[in-house]
Amino acid sequence: MNLEDKDYKIRVGLAEMLKGGVIMDVVSADQAKIAEQSGACAVMALERVPADIRAEGGVARMADPSIIEAIKKAVSIPVMAKCRIGHFAEAEILEALEVDFIDESEVLTPADNQYHIDKWKFKIPFVCGCRNLGEALRRISEGAAMIRTKGEAGTGDVSEAVRHLREINSAMKRLTVMSDDELFGSAKELASPIELVRMVARLGKLPVPNFAAGGVATPADAALVMKLGAEAVFVGSGIFKSSNPEKRARAIVTAVAQFRNPKAVADASRGLGEAMKGTSAASIPQENLLQVR
Amino acid sequence: MSSKLVVGVLALQGDFERHLFRLNALGVGGREIRSCEDIEGLDGLIIPGGESTTMSLLIDRFEMRGCLSQFCRQKGVWGTCAGMIMLAREIDDERVKPFGVIDIFVSRNSYGRQVHSFFADIEANLNGQIKRLKASFIRAPLILNYGSNVIVLAEYNHSPVLLYQNNCLASSFHTELDDDLTLTKYFLENFVLVYK
Repeated sequence: MNLEDKDYKIRVGLAEMLKGGVIMDVVSADQAKIAEQSGACAVMALERVPADIRAEGGVARMADPSIIEAIKKAVSIPVMAKCRIGHFAEAEILEALEVDFIDESEVLTPADNQYHIDKWKFKIPFVCGCRNLGEALRRISEGAAMIRTKGEAGTGDVSEAVRHLREINSAMKRLTVMSDDELFGSAKELASPIELVRMVARLGKLPVPNFAAGGVATPADAALVMKLGAEAVFVGSGIFKSSNPEKRARAIVTAVAQFRNPKAVADASRGLGEAMKGTSAASIPQENLLQVR
Repeated sequence: MSSKLVVGVLALQGDFERHLFRLNALGVGGREIRSCEDIEGLDGLIIPGGESTTMSLLIDRFEMRGCLSQFCRQKGVWGTCAGMIMLAREIDDERVKPFGVIDIFVSRNSYGRQVHSFFADIEANLNGQIKRLKASFIRAPLILNYGSNVIVLAEYNHSPVLLYQNNCLASSFHTELDDDLTLTKYFLENFVLVYK
């Protein structure tokens, strides 16, 4: 692990460029164009959005390359795609397809229940989900160039993303006031490398961009996660499972860019039609949660 | 460096945080710019990297084209990557509407997708001195041609990558991602202070 590696910095650099933006899940070239025209800073090319994966069940895998290629052709903004946790062959395919970012995602069915991908071996940057600081630091030690909260994808319920953001924030805050010997103890508790724990203690934040994902469905949800310290927002099912995707996409972009200005978020929230119906995350049995993967 | 200087960084989308961090390190007051009101009292402006399509759209959505365009014709302005695209005369993509303050024709993402992004040590001619810069080219734009009023300060692979015209400085690469303050300092001394 070398966070000063020049190629790694170039990978983190693209994550820096996406800050303050919205990354939208899309399943077709047409949806990708809607996303770009609404002001999305990147799109995530998928075969099914998380809400459909949740509803239909079965094994969820990397998207068909033809979908990814059609989306790449349709837009000029960066195109991301998801591979299964631990499925480095899918990741190699995505790298060969020249997507701009790979999401090693719990939304897809994990391919390896023990190991994540060794992301240092790739030229393309990876984003990984986390629920807490230990998960975030382990993913960074494996080479992730961006971290996002897991939230509970496909629910339209933002509460889990909020829980994960708060959990990470307070764990980072605690590190900043610890002495050196306490940091060794924390590294052990977090099951994370001491170098990364020391870095967080010094910076008060992660050494890579920290975005929010999982359950964002309204402009207010987007503003909430930004106010809780997320540096950009992923929106999965929230846009294309709503009654007016064009309007909602635009409104969520506005809310992220103007999250400090409640009046602007209020204006953006007006007359959007119905949000995705969704499912309360608390009503989902433990074994069906995606975030525990 | 005068502590009274206030330099804004356009913060609608993109890499504004690292620029603010570098300004702060040089003792300059940095300010996030998200509306025309935020421009009040600024001594200079940085338009950061990010997605130029998104930035161009949001500039119009938040009715900032007039005030930004005017500022770019008066005070010291530095555009990096997507920011350089916003300062150009012409772009090879109609999705982006630039301010037209530097006479350059720019092709977006011309080095290719992220897998072709790269780091390079480049040499720039800053006030007659050759300085080495740590340059990150991330889905970088390429300058296809430029007018006679443009002064080129650095080239990479025979293409200009750092240049200026009057009060506007532009780079197709990033130095703010590394702890290299050379270019930020150069911008403050030769553009912000000069056009204050």
